[in-house]
Amino acid sequence: MSREFIHLKVKRQDTAETSAYWEEFKIPYKPNMNVVSVLMELRKNPVNVEGRKTNPVVWECNCLEEVCGACSMRINGMPRQACSALIDKIEKSPIVLEPLHKFPVIRDLKVDRQVMFDYLRKITGWVNIDGSWELGRGPRFPEKDRQWAYQLSRCMTCGCCLESCPNYSERSPFIGPQAINQVRLFNAHPIGQMDREKRLDAIMGVGGITDCGNAQNCARACPKEIPLTVSIADLNKDTTLYGMKRWLYK
Amino acid sequence: MAEKRIIVVGGGLSGLMATMKAAEKGVKVDLFSLCPVKRSHSVCAQGGINAALDTKGDNDSTWEHFDDTIYGGDFLANQTPVKEMCDKAPGLIYTMDRMGVMFSRTPEGLLDLRLFGGVKYPRTAFAGATTGQQLLYACDEQVRKWEDAGMVKKYEEWEFLSAVIDDDGVCRGIVAQDLATMEISTFAADAVLLATGGAGMIYGRSTNSIINTGSAAGAVYQQGVSYANGEFVQIHPTAMPGDDKNRLMSESARGEGGRVWTYKDGKPWYFLEEWYPAYGNLVPRDIAARAIFKVCVEMGLGIDGENKVYLDLSHKDSDFLNIRLGGIMEIYEKFHGDDPRKVPMKIFPSVHYFMGGIHVDYKHQTAVPGLFASGECDYMYHGANRLGANSLLSALYSGTVSGPAIVEYINGLDKSAKEVDKKHFEQELKRQQEWNDKIIKMDGSENPYKLHQEMGDIMTENVTVVRYNDKLQQTDEKLQELQERWHNINIQDASAWGNQGLMFTKQLWNMMQLARVITIGALNRDESRGAHYKPDFPNRNDDEWMKTTKAKYTPDGPVFEYEEIDNQWIKPRPRKYDVDKGASKNE
Repeated sequence: MSREFIHLKVKRQDTAETSAYWEEFKIPYKPNMNVVSVLMELRKNPVNVEGRKTNPVVWECNCLEEVCGACSMRINGMPRQACSALIDKIEKSPIVLEPLHKFPVIRDLKVDRQVMFDYLRKITGWVNIDGSWELGRGPRFPEKDRQWAYQLSRCMTCGCCLESCPNYSERSPFIGPQAINQVRLFNAHPIGQMDREKRLDAIMGVGGITDCGNAQNCARACPKEIPLTVSIADLNKDTTLYGMKRWLYK
Repeated sequence: MAEKRIIVVGGGLSGLMATMKAAEKGVKVDLFSLCPVKRSHSVCAQGGINAALDTKGDNDSTWEHFDDTIYGGDFLANQTPVKEMCDKAPGLIYTMDRMGVMFSRTPEGLLDLRLFGGVKYPRTAFAGATTGQQLLYACDEQVRKWEDAGMVKKYEEWEFLSAVIDDDGVCRGIVAQDLATMEISTFAADAVLLATGGAGMIYGRSTNSIINTGSAAGAVYQQGVSYANGEFVQIHPTAMPGDDKNRLMSESARGEGGRVWTYKDGKPWYFLEEWYPAYGNLVPRDIAARAIFKVCVEMGLGIDGENKVYLDLSHKDSDFLNIRLGGIMEIYEKFHGDDPRKVPMKIFPSVHYFMGGIHVDYKHQTAVPGLFASGECDYMYHGANRLGANSLLSALYSGTVSGPAIVEYINGLDKSAKEVDKKHFEQELKRQQEWNDKIIKMDGSENPYKLHQEMGDIMTENVTVVRYNDKLQQTDEKLQELQERWHNINIQDASAWGNQGLMFTKQLWNMMQLARVITIGALNRDESRGAHYKPDFPNRNDDEWMKTTKAKYTPDGPVFEYEEIDNQWIKPRPRKYDVDKGASKNE
């Protein structure tokens, strides 16, 4: 698609407390741009469509190659990474940029996703080694299992799954697909599985796995194509069996 | 003495490893980071991590790893710490494996190894092609465990501004700024570790993350800490040029059989294989980058007349590529559009890694007692050129040295930071507050991002693959002009909340200081060694230049001194890759 300008419509918010407003921009088109490079161009000449000087748009980004998870935002209504949103592949104009809806806004497109890291604490999201000193070779692990576990371990905590989940909101206690997926990952590891029950306990009860409504939006929204719904299904089975056992042997 | 507390600045591999080591010894850590630590730049490392595990029947050894590293670094690194690193590497990898890193496996479930540049044996452990991400996540998880235990307090979205140094010249804490509220505060600590990574942003576009400005290193440099070997900047031969950044295409692509070529006389020309028969496509990065530069710039043989050559994996099986190199296949496909399993990738060299950095001793302490540095921001392990897959190793390993060294240091202190006269903190806070107030009021006519682009362009043009003294001289003059123009910036955004432009303007100042260190360091060094190549001085000159460069800040620009090198283990020999490197003896 040929265009002379990239027309941006950005939902802005000056502070965490003030209300949001829209501002539009036209940035000269170059081939091979992405949403991040457009915002970078804008900083060099921060003028809106009315020709008025304005504050440069604030957003979060680090790696620009979709491995850090920083630059999540809503682009034309879809939660995704701004770095891999190539302008030449976006037909719609204006391109509408909004912060993720389900996290508190810090400023403009930048949001606070601390809650996702808190949930990783809640589920004992680590392999509980005795210490980082040398103890010789680690456990053997079959390559075929390693391959699917590796897929799970590529989660960047970007928030796209939570943003797209109808059962997750700022007010809901649901810990969401990303944390559940990590339970499956750590429970697959030969040392990690020694804390298996502790992690299953963490996702049973209020805010746990049964809060999932099976909309399956998460797996579609995940930029890393992590099989989140498979993880949820797998842990549904594990928690059910474990729940029965817990009840029987209490 | 009161409760012991240290500060770690930077939550990449080195900072997190040091944090873990300190917490294990019962020392509380305040961990500062520009971003949630899980988003640190270590995630970008792709190909793997070196350790002579010798699980492939090659009779590999830690000595061979050590020799490859010293030889690959063209005899500039101090040898003893490099030897220690190579000796400890296998144990470190096994520890990371216990932490749950999803390393690729052999059919019997052991760690698999692959080939990398500048070596003869597979020595690189890997997790697909996202090894850095996987290692960082494991460290992030362990530090989260310590956070849960109350031993680590994270200050994420805070930027380090400067160290607090008392009248005795001892570091007693830091000044940092909250990136949301913009509040500037002091934090006391018995010792401070900087693990703040590289400085790719000095070159505008590089393979680095946007956060790799080197600003923290630039700040302590201006406070009197020496910056070492600044002129040694690694240019990675295979990156995908981009508008916003150059995206790395891992050396593991060549380790797994990728071939570099272009057309000559209408036929594919595998110039690396022709010029360097002993190592072929797996010559070290400085050699490969120069070869590609020569083919494109000097011979005009780039693809379609552009500065690009092919990196070709299309002859390999797609499933094999997905399992071993999935991460980079995905990046190329997403950002370029072509499928690298079917058509060759188009690549060109890009600024990638800083061998130089903050000058430290073997325990990673700077000349300021109590101020330590480790990871890419130090200068220790790579000499004049880093071998692929040694950076993840040096990042982690340096953290296993700096963490315990800091604990040892604070155990020897006679007073805690809490007992230090408050005036030192107040003075440094005042200095930073005034600097902040000056910048927020700047209403000149320059745009900081445009100034940055100008700096990046001239640095990339003149201080990368091939260096000439007249061009370096011109670059330094330009850098001084840019510094003048910095004072005429218009800050655009004067708000006191989440102000990224204000922070960038501060970072830019610090980047400009280091840019001069790099440029004048290169100008002074009249020889060619590793990544530093001058056609007018094409040979290595050990008599005059087998020395560590140390730049010291003065308001009139950097002054340089040169330090002898520890080469007690391996006698320097000429470095060539058209024939086998030969062996040094472990006597």
